[in-house]
Amino acid sequence: MEYPELKKGEVDLGTSIMGVAFDGGVVIGADSRTTTGSYIANRVSDKLTQLADNIYCCRSGSAADTQAVAEYVKFHLAMHKEEIGGEPKVSVAARVVGSMVYNNKDSLMAGIIIAGWDEVDGGSVHIVPLGGGVVKMPFAIGGSGSTYIYGWVDDNYKEGMTRDECIEFVRNGLALAMARDGSSGGLIRMAVIDKDGVERMMIPGNELPRFFDK
Amino acid sequence: MSSIGTGYDLSSTTYSPDGRVFQVEYASKAVDNSGTAVGIRVSDGVVFGVEKLLISPMLLHGSNRRVSTIGRHIGVASSGLVADARALINRGNQEANAWKSTYGEEISVKVLTERLASFAQVYTLYGGVRPFGCALLLGSWTEAAGPQLYMIQPSGEAYGYFGVAVGKGKAACKTDIEKLDLESMTCEEAVVEIAKMIHSVHDSDKDKEYELELSWVCRASGGRHQLVPAELRDSALAIATAESSDDDSSSDDD
Amino acid sequence: MQRTQQPIVTGTSVLGIKFDGGVMVAADTLGSYGSLARFRDLRRVRQAGEYTLLGGSGDYMDFEAMLEYVDELLLEDTTLDAPPSYTPRELHQYLARIYYNKRSEFDPLWNQLVVGGVRDGDVFLGYVDLQGTHYEDETVATGYGSYIARPLLREAYRDDLTEAEARKVLEDAMRVLFYRDARTINRIQIGVATEAGGIDISEPFELETDWTVGIRKH
Repeated sequence: MEYPELKKGEVDLGTSIMGVAFDGGVVIGADSRTTTGSYIANRVSDKLTQLADNIYCCRSGSAADTQAVAEYVKFHLAMHKEEIGGEPKVSVAARVVGSMVYNNKDSLMAGIIIAGWDEVDGGSVHIVPLGGGVVKMPFAIGGSGSTYIYGWVDDNYKEGMTRDECIEFVRNGLALAMARDGSSGGLIRMAVIDKDGVERMMIPGNELPRFFDK
Repeated sequence: MSSIGTGYDLSSTTYSPDGRVFQVEYASKAVDNSGTAVGIRVSDGVVFGVEKLLISPMLLHGSNRRVSTIGRHIGVASSGLVADARALINRGNQEANAWKSTYGEEISVKVLTERLASFAQVYTLYGGVRPFGCALLLGSWTEAAGPQLYMIQPSGEAYGYFGVAVGKGKAACKTDIEKLDLESMTCEEAVVEIAKMIHSVHDSDKDKEYELELSWVCRASGGRHQLVPAELRDSALAIATAESSDDDSSSDDD
Repeated sequence: MQRTQQPIVTGTSVLGIKFDGGVMVAADTLGSYGSLARFRDLRRVRQAGEYTLLGGSGDYMDFEAMLEYVDELLLEDTTLDAPPSYTPRELHQYLARIYYNKRSEFDPLWNQLVVGGVRDGDVFLGYVDLQGTHYEDETVATGYGSYIARPLLREAYRDDLTEAEARKVLEDAMRVLFYRDARTINRIQIGVATEAGGIDISEPFELETDWTVGIRKH
């Protein structure tokens, strides 16, 4: 088998995505660039996709594949919610995504961060890498842009960060990734998920934090 | 059962004119005729007790258990036709496995009960099949949900209980259970109560010998369904036997 | 249907050695993603059933899937009266069949496994891989470890090796692998299986390293 590749003309979410858990919730974020080759097909995309009331995912890889997976899992979780008579757990959502990618690794190009809040685990972040499976982490980064900021996040992530510190961590991390990755860019979309629900945020492309070049 | 013989009792496909499905009622009879099974939900877990009537003195002690486990965490006490119960429990294990591989965690006893009840209900609708001649008591304990206890009946009905009894001695056991303070009771105490109940409802004149099966799923067992440790079982049985001989002597005095 | 694949999130060497009365298995906690040291806390020394240690290298997600297969087997045979009684030797054979069957479907589970444990006085240590190759030996190593560490393990092995000596042999070998295998991190776990103590897998810990060789003399 060949490793799953984008088909000619397929839309890529060459992406920068992040998720961080704090005590009581999670912060997730993504850039907004979608490309076909070097052409920006959409400069204001929303790569943060809701899977359930209390669960979101950040999508990277093939736009078509990750949309299909997200739609499937959203449907699955809606039925699951009815059966258990409560909100689904984040770990369960991640497991469903992880199995789907694992069992179809030949045809799916998807790297997905699943994050949210539930009664049992509080805020939690899980990553499904290419090839599927799930790894639970205190924070996760993904997409082509993430490779440029591994050193930065390892330096700047601190255990026990507050909600606001997590928002700043995500904002700065994504801005750095977007500045160096041609396949990432545009604006930053973020969301905070906690027991009270979801708060969405957006930082316009002309108001991104700047670093050495400011 | 005044309507026996009116022709509406041969298949569950047809209601009787007064709205009954006799095959389901007959299946319930199979449960009523069975050795008693008790389940009670106390502060730190669920305890099961079964009066397993021994059909032959040649049986190996501990064989043909009527308490069993679904997954590792759900205890089941069965009554009625043993083979029917086994079929339903096998189905329960399939459901539990499928759930675990889909969601990566154990199925809850509530969901399992609903699924098994739906499965059993289908067998009350068609010709060519007969309803399950068994009732199952299902229990679990988890940190998040605490103790939970359910019963599934041949009709496909299922309810949650604080305490439940089925089989020959169910009426007396229910009366006994209602006297207990379940909220404050521990599993260790419940084991003794159940041993006493089962021992007192066993009719040694009419019925064969019996074996008392005791199991629990509780905080102490780490949420796993296990047989009650032999030492505790034996001491509970000893207490039950002693109390009943006291009762006998006091009634002699009257 | 799946055909062939390539490993994606990978773990490097696993080492195993017998000692007098038990076996010991070691691995680091890195999940590599190509050359990216992506996941730093993956546990690759695991317990299966009551008596068996399993160490896995190769595709980490396949390793996890395999652990679920084994758990299903164990669950199937769990009764109220007795815990599942699979010996390490039996599980080793079972895994060899699973891995051979999967490779025969051209859909291998991309792992090299170390299987170890003690049951009824039988101290067992064995190897299984993605082709279904399987054998038993006093020392076992996967991946880079089979080139670099296994000669060291063989040289150090005696059948009266104590547990403390075995631990030192594994730690020394893991240290050499850390020096020479570019897919390691210095954060390892060691699992021990003995008849009396059952299975004991350590939390991850760091090895002392020595860089004096790099000091310039002139």
